Amino acid sequence: MSEPLLSVRGLNAWYGEGHALHGVDLDVFPGETVTLLGRNGVGKTTTLRAIMGLIRKRTGTATFDGRDLMRMPLHHVARAGIGFVPEERGIFSTLSVEENLNLPPVVAPGGMTPDEIFELFPNLKARRNSQGTKLSGGEQQMLAMARMLRTGVRMLLLDEPTEGLAPVIVQRIGEVLAELKARGMTILLVEQNFRFARRIADRFYLMEHGKITAGFPVAELDERMALLHDVLGV
Amino acid sequence: MTMIFGIPVQAFLGQLLVGLINGSFYAMLSLGLAVIFGMLKIINFAHGAQYMFGAFVGFLLLQWLHIGYWPALILAPLVVGVVGMAIERTMLSRLYSLDPLYGLLFTFGLALVIEGVFSYYYGVSGQPYAAPQALAGGTNLGFMFLPNYRGWVVFSSLVICIGTWLAIEKTRLGAYLRAATENPKLVQAFGVNVPVLLTLTYGLGSALAGLAGILAAPVYQVSPLMGSDLIIVVFAVVVVGGMGSILGAIVTGYVLGLAEGLTKVFYPEASNIVIFVIMAVVLLIRPAGLFGRDA
Repeated sequence: MSEPLLSVRGLNAWYGEGHALHGVDLDVFPGETVTLLGRNGVGKTTTLRAIMGLIRKRTGTATFDGRDLMRMPLHHVARAGIGFVPEERGIFSTLSVEENLNLPPVVAPGGMTPDEIFELFPNLKARRNSQGTKLSGGEQQMLAMARMLRTGVRMLLLDEPTEGLAPVIVQRIGEVLAELKARGMTILLVEQNFRFARRIADRFYLMEHGKITAGFPVAELDERMALLHDVLGV
Repeated sequence: MTMIFGIPVQAFLGQLLVGLINGSFYAMLSLGLAVIFGMLKIINFAHGAQYMFGAFVGFLLLQWLHIGYWPALILAPLVVGVVGMAIERTMLSRLYSLDPLYGLLFTFGLALVIEGVFSYYYGVSGQPYAAPQALAGGTNLGFMFLPNYRGWVVFSSLVICIGTWLAIEKTRLGAYLRAATENPKLVQAFGVNVPVLLTLTYGLGSALAGLAGILAAPVYQVSPLMGSDLIIVVFAVVVVGGMGSILGAIVTGYVLGLAEGLTKVFYPEASNIVIFVIMAVVLLIRPAGLFGRDA
C-alpha cells in the first residue's frame, strides 16, 4: 500500500483544561474515504478541528503528504491541500451564494470549474445571488461542500454532512460524495449514520472517549454490527 | 428676501452646508471606526489622534520639506496607515485574545500619548494650513456663495466613502473582510492569511482617519486637540449607524451632520447635544443602531 496522505499519531487536544482527545492514531490513504464513527461527544469533531489547527492546544503528530501540520499556521493547512467543511456549515450571512462559493482561495490547480460545480449542485446555480444563509439546510450543506471543490484541495474533512437533513437531501449528498470519490478525492468523514457512510466509505474508525478503539474495512461492517449497535447505541 | 420656515434662505442653506461639511468628516471618521470595529472588534479610541496626526503630517511636510497639499493628500494617509499597521502588529495584536475592554483602554492611552507628544512640541493652539491655490476663492451658486475648498471636502468625502463601501461590498478582498468579520477562524482555515488581513484593516482605518485629517487641515486649524474635540461625536455617529456597519456609518455621518446644521438654524442652543439626543433615542428604540445587524 502507498504512504498515507494523512497520518495522525498520538493526537491529544484540550478545550481549556478539558482533555478532549487522548492519543488518536489514524491514517487516510490517497483516494480513500474513511469514516470516523462514534457517539456525540467522543471527540470526532475535535479530531478534525485539531488536524486543521482550529484547536491550537494539542500535542502529537499529524502529517499531510509528509508535511508536518502541527507546526503550520492555520491558513497554511488549507494551502497544503486540505479542505474543511464544518458541522455548522459556516455559510456567511453577509455574502451571497456566489460570494460564499468563491471565498476560499484556489490552493492548487485541478479544482472544479464553476460550471462543473453548478452541474453537480444545480440548486446553487438557481440561487447564486441569494444571501448564503437564506438557503435551506440541505442547500447550505451543498454550498459548504461545493466551495471547497473549487480550490483544488486533495482531501476533504467533512463533519457530519447529513446531520438534520431530510432523507432525500441525505441521498443527494451521498451521490455527490460518491462522485467526488470517483474523481479521486480523499475524504475523512465524521458521521454517526453508518448506514449512510457504508455507501461511500472504504474503512471505518470507531471512536470512544477521545481515542480510536477499532478500525476495520467496510467489508467487515456486517460482522461488526453488534459492536456498532453497542457503541453507537443504535 | 426669500424665507424657509421663517429663516432667510441664505442662512438656512449656509448652515446646511456647514452641516454637510461636518457630516463629511463624521462620515469619513466613522467609516474608519466601523471598518476597524467590524473586523478587529476594537473600539479605536486613537482614531481622533490619528485624524490629528494626518493633519500634522501635512503641516510638517509643508514646514520641513516644502511639500504642498496635493502630495500630502497621498502621503499623510500613507504615513498614518503605515504607523497604524506597525501599532497593530507590535501592540494591538497582543490584545485580541483578551476582553475588548483592553483594546479600548490601550487605544485610549495611545491617543493620550500621541496628543501629548504633539502638544509638547506645538502647544494646544492651532497652526494655520492654507488651502491649495487651485481651490482658493468660491463659487456663487445664485442662492449662496460656496467656498471652493469646502465643496472639494464634500466631494472627496463622498468619493472616499462610496469607494470604500464599493471596495468592501463588491471586491474579493471586501468579501474576505466581511466573512472574517463573521468567523475569522473559518476564513483562516480556508487559507486566507487573517492576521495580515487584520493588520491591513487597521492600516486602512487609520489611513482613512489620516486622510480626513489632511482634508480638515485647511478648514480647521491644525491642533493637537482637533481629534479629541471630534471623536466623541464620531462615536455617537457609529453607535447610531450600528457598530461595525459600513453603510450605517456613512449614511448616519452625513445625516447627523445635516441634523446638527439644521439645529443651529432653528434652535442653536441644542446644536451641541442634538447628536447625543438622537443617539439616546436610537439606542432606546433600536439598540443595534439604525443599520446594525440585529436591527
